[in-house]
Amino acid sequence: MTALDHSSQVKEGVDQDTVEAVREVGGVYKHGWSTDIEMEYAPKGLTPDIVRLISEKNEEPEWMTDWRLAAYDRWLTKKEPEWAMIDYPEIDFQDQYYYARPKSMMVKPKSLDEVDPKLLATYEKLGIPLSEQMILAGVEGAEATPAEARKVAVDAVFDSVSIGTTFQEDLKKAGVIFCSISDAIRDHPELVRKYLGTVVPVSDNFYATLNSAVFTDGSFVYVPPGVRCPMELSTYFRINAENTGQFERTLIIADKGSYVSYLEGCTAPKRDVAQLHAAVVEIIVEEDAEVKYSTVQNWYPGDEDGKGGIYNFVTKRADCRGDRSKVMWTQVETGSAVTWKYPSCILRGDDSQGEFYSIAITNHWQQADTGTKMIHLGKDTKSRIVSKGISAGQAQNTYRGLVSMHPKAQNARNYTQCDSLLIGDKCGAHAIPYIEVKNNSARVEHEATASKVDEDQLFYCRSRGMDEEEAVALVVNGFCKDVLQALPMEFAMEAQQLVAISLEGSVG
Amino acid sequence: MLEIKNLHVELAEEDKAILKGVNLTVEAGKVHAIMGPNGSGKSTLAYVLSGRPGYEVMEGTATLDGTDLLALEPEERAAAGLFQAFQYPVEIPGVGNMTFLRTAVNAQRKARGQDEMSAADFLKEVRAKAKELKIDADMLKRPVNVGFSGGEKKRNEILQMAMLEPRMCILDETDSGLDVDAMKLVSDGVNALRDEGRGFLVITHYQRLLDHIKPDVVHILADGRIVKSGGPELALEVEHNGYADILAEVA
Repeated sequence: MTALDHSSQVKEGVDQDTVEAVREVGGVYKHGWSTDIEMEYAPKGLTPDIVRLISEKNEEPEWMTDWRLAAYDRWLTKKEPEWAMIDYPEIDFQDQYYYARPKSMMVKPKSLDEVDPKLLATYEKLGIPLSEQMILAGVEGAEATPAEARKVAVDAVFDSVSIGTTFQEDLKKAGVIFCSISDAIRDHPELVRKYLGTVVPVSDNFYATLNSAVFTDGSFVYVPPGVRCPMELSTYFRINAENTGQFERTLIIADKGSYVSYLEGCTAPKRDVAQLHAAVVEIIVEEDAEVKYSTVQNWYPGDEDGKGGIYNFVTKRADCRGDRSKVMWTQVETGSAVTWKYPSCILRGDDSQGEFYSIAITNHWQQADTGTKMIHLGKDTKSRIVSKGISAGQAQNTYRGLVSMHPKAQNARNYTQCDSLLIGDKCGAHAIPYIEVKNNSARVEHEATASKVDEDQLFYCRSRGMDEEEAVALVVNGFCKDVLQALPMEFAMEAQQLVAISLEGSVG
Repeated sequence: MLEIKNLHVELAEEDKAILKGVNLTVEAGKVHAIMGPNGSGKSTLAYVLSGRPGYEVMEGTATLDGTDLLALEPEERAAAGLFQAFQYPVEIPGVGNMTFLRTAVNAQRKARGQDEMSAADFLKEVRAKAKELKIDADMLKRPVNVGFSGGEKKRNEILQMAMLEPRMCILDETDSGLDVDAMKLVSDGVNALRDEGRGFLVITHYQRLLDHIKPDVVHILADGRIVKSGGPELALEVEHNGYADILAEVA
């Protein structure tokens, strides 16, 4: 969240901060540095003993250990999915570390004051506020810019462990539980047992099953009935260790009539060897509740020649169980060498709504196969999909989406808009929409466009004094505007900068 | 100020000669008009000067205050003080007009080693200048040229020109698609910018724009060459007799 400390911003598109950010990084991934810190690793490879060790390190109760072991057994029977339009060398699952934590975290610090300063410095350098101060959010609009103070609670996950979560007291007062999933397993077992694995079953898919066996940390959120969460919640994931997979697990429960907005950010250092990230996020939305889940995914994308980078295999799903429940996924995917990710909505409750807004940018040799699934089960359910794919360099960018109208989904509605933009002539953009309609009252609309970045637009910008990269950033930000607007303000600014940065070197 | 010598230009893809030796000097403080039949090379001349891709300069030079324009990137030409108001301004969906303007203004300031204009100063200035051109707040917020009428697009070009304060302004058929009232607004906007230090090259088909923007010199461009130059009366002659007489006379 590098833009947090800027107080003046221009309303739309790109602004000077963006341009400066681009210049500063000079074409390199901004978060590619690493933290030199003593780590404790589990032995390489994956066996039942490793699963038990992870469970033990997290001080988990037996039911959790058993749950993991059952998942491990299941995983052995599963095959890696091969249907996505991504191509990568075979992953040796025995050549990975499944657990890595800073030695200083062996005894869990009681508060952030006790956390190793090196770890705190890492987050400071990333621009993540771990002190409980008000965030000065730049207010949109070129008009006078009164700085509006806002609170954002942060859970900071470093490799396999959460190093701390801010504003816990404030949240507790409101009745909101926000902590790492490992804390939740220990402190709120009844909630975890009730909900874990109910949206993404252990057997769901190869990566979700793997995650179920070896997940380390992630966030847990419970918002009680009728409560509007008083601040934005966010988790910041940092992969630091080499040859280490990160298996985050996040569980969000919005009880009846509650509301919460959750943000997630991800970065990793530059490494020559690709690293695995396999996450599972489950969201349960009860009657009249609403959840907004936003991601700015900026894992290390690999270098210009396609060396290194994060393989990002993610299963995210929201279950709109209650009537009139609502979930909104917004994602800005600029990082990772390989992205395989389909945040989905099960619209079970009548009148429930699912929305998916996505920007996926691939440059150099990046590959993304991403989209959503909208499963309409209840009556009068509505869904909306807006996907913007931008491809440059030699990258391949695929939108893959399913809209499924079940027999009982009377009067269900879907609107899908899927736009692709190509920069250069060596990249690819693909749209693979699946539509299943099993009742006559449902209505599905699908609009799709694919175009090359307009040379006339670029020339127009340049004739007014912008250089080529500024011009591309401006035009692409305009192309993504519908999605950028769906992001919480803090993330919208970071996302605008990311759009510019991730397209560095895509023209000329 | 603007000095064009023996300029020969071809369309890059077609090997087709468009300009066949243009010589033209626009002095600071002067307004030069270029008239000519369709296909004579008027717009090509404007585009070559502003650096649009697709043209190949075969021979000749174009300098602005001694700087070789043809060696510069389009954005460098802009920073050097050249501005072209386009005949068909491009639409940029999703990019607010104000954002576009501010990015452009600050990009040029930066290129010249000046400080960026603050948000407040920028806003004040853009509002004042927009008001003169009867551009309302809504038009400033809307995406660049998207859904603008012909007249709005042209007024928007003049607003950009007013904000960027170029030294040399090229207006490419700015009158096309304008009704009488819009033409007056646009002309007033241009006239307000007339200044001792600023040169204008006004490309038009019709005399009527020159009723509003009074030229010092009028040139007739035909088949890639300036075939005749004169005072404002030359435009009137074209208006009354068409190009045929002039072309016959110089043939």
